[in-house]
Amino acid sequence: MQKRAVVTVVGKDQVGIISKVTTVLAEHKMNIHDISQTILQDYFTMMMIVEMDNKDRLEDLLEAFERVEDDMNLTISVQLEDVFQAMHRI
Amino acid sequence: MAIHYSEIQETIRMVQMESLDIRTVTMGISLRNCQDSDFDKVKDNVYNKIVSYAGQLKPVAEQVEKEYGIPIVNKRISITPIAEILGDLTVDQAVELAKVLDKAAEATGVDFIGGYSALVHKGMTKADQTLLQSIPRALSETNRVCSSVSIGTTRTGINMDAVGQLGHIIKETAELTKDQDSIGCAKFVAFCNPVEDNPFMAGAFHGAGEGEAVLSVGVSGPGVVLNALKRYPDADLGEVADVIKKTVFKITRAGELLGRVVAERLNVPFGIMDLSLAPTNAMNDSVAEILEEIGLESVGTHGTIAALALMNDAVKKGGAMASSYVGGLSGAFIPVSEDNGMIRGIQDGSLTLDKLEAMTCVCSVGLDMIALNGDAPAETLSAIIADEAAIGMINKKTTAVRVIPVVGKNEGDMVEFGGLLGRAPIIGVKPFSSEKMIKRGGRIPAPLQALIN
Repeated sequence: MQKRAVVTVVGKDQVGIISKVTTVLAEHKMNIHDISQTILQDYFTMMMIVEMDNKDRLEDLLEAFERVEDDMNLTISVQLEDVFQAMHRI
Repeated sequence: MAIHYSEIQETIRMVQMESLDIRTVTMGISLRNCQDSDFDKVKDNVYNKIVSYAGQLKPVAEQVEKEYGIPIVNKRISITPIAEILGDLTVDQAVELAKVLDKAAEATGVDFIGGYSALVHKGMTKADQTLLQSIPRALSETNRVCSSVSIGTTRTGINMDAVGQLGHIIKETAELTKDQDSIGCAKFVAFCNPVEDNPFMAGAFHGAGEGEAVLSVGVSGPGVVLNALKRYPDADLGEVADVIKKTVFKITRAGELLGRVVAERLNVPFGIMDLSLAPTNAMNDSVAEILEEIGLESVGTHGTIAALALMNDAVKKGGAMASSYVGGLSGAFIPVSEDNGMIRGIQDGSLTLDKLEAMTCVCSVGLDMIALNGDAPAETLSAIIADEAAIGMINKKTTAVRVIPVVGKNEGDMVEFGGLLGRAPIIGVKPFSSEKMIKRGGRIPAPLQALIN
């Protein structure tokens, strides 16, 4: 089965968050399957399901996200989708 | 099936804010084929076998934690109880072997290696005796080696001669490591009814019924359970059990997934999931605070045992549903020095040694990481071990004693062990002697509970 990962982004709302994050994904040739985003009390939260066929690229991706995190003061995490399936589905 | 937005948020919250983590992945390695008549060869065999099996443990576990975004806090190794391969070696050689284990642990990057152990619950071989004598030096001259001794089981009774010796061994270990607040004792456990597949330290060893190598996982998450309970301040106790059960189910599923991935990548079979709630000194990562959240003003007060029994049972039920291979100790740990709530309970006077003993009747292990006054006599320490062993023997459960008589410290003082081991207020032992009973020696016969065939 295709490996997918969940990318979550949390931080203070500001211009350009989606643009920066998705640019990083595009640069790593990662396709986005699903995306949802809300703003809760000034806080931006976004979740995306992305294709993760090649786990070797994970390291690069995390590094690139770290730069975005520092630039925009965000918290970004990337986790393989299996862990959510295990925890929330029997 | 698609994962819901709120479910993703829940997992992220558990990891980032509530200290959800995999406490340990522990690789069990059999050292039975390392025996040789030439001691140098034994040392080479032991070192090479450990390093070849566990060399990749740390990097693989670190890669998996990165991919799944859940921290794996400790990577550890458990080995065949060393007394079983000592043969005719001397005490000096046994200490030398402990140093080889230490070196192998360092080379593989694990923080502890457990299994400098002997099972003497019925009797003692010459090799067992050698191992026991070498424990104080082995623990003071190494950093990562953990030791345990089984002194009783429900089926055999309690070997009181061994219990008598352990009091002196603990005292000597405390003395040899007095410059570091007697920390050597924090790496030693006396067991009744030990399990062969426990992934947690200091009591892990790779039992006789295990295969060549196996990977077991210990999950944790008192912080997650505490926060889940905080969302139900008015639930009745049946609902409280239900909340704990559901939360532990999720934690266990995450742990098993990661454990299986690590095992597969290392090409060793997956052993068991140990679903123990193990506290750390991190904010809110406390078993005591769960009991207080259930409704106690301070841990140790009346009602503590009932709350702990409820919690321990709910943890097991949630975990048993989540994993087919539940093993190890599975329940709740109550190490004093590693649990900020327990430390506070002792300082406030609500939690005492006697209450801690009673708590061990209904939770997974025993008196754990308790600092005692340094001048406690060896026979008193032996008697504490005997009491705990009796609780384990009669109730057909594992009990353990890991106490640290801190040289030079008295009741009310505070000791800092540092790192995962935390800090502890010194508890005073009773001033009345148990010497005569311990000096009688012999074996406490197996109880009626043993006659089940």
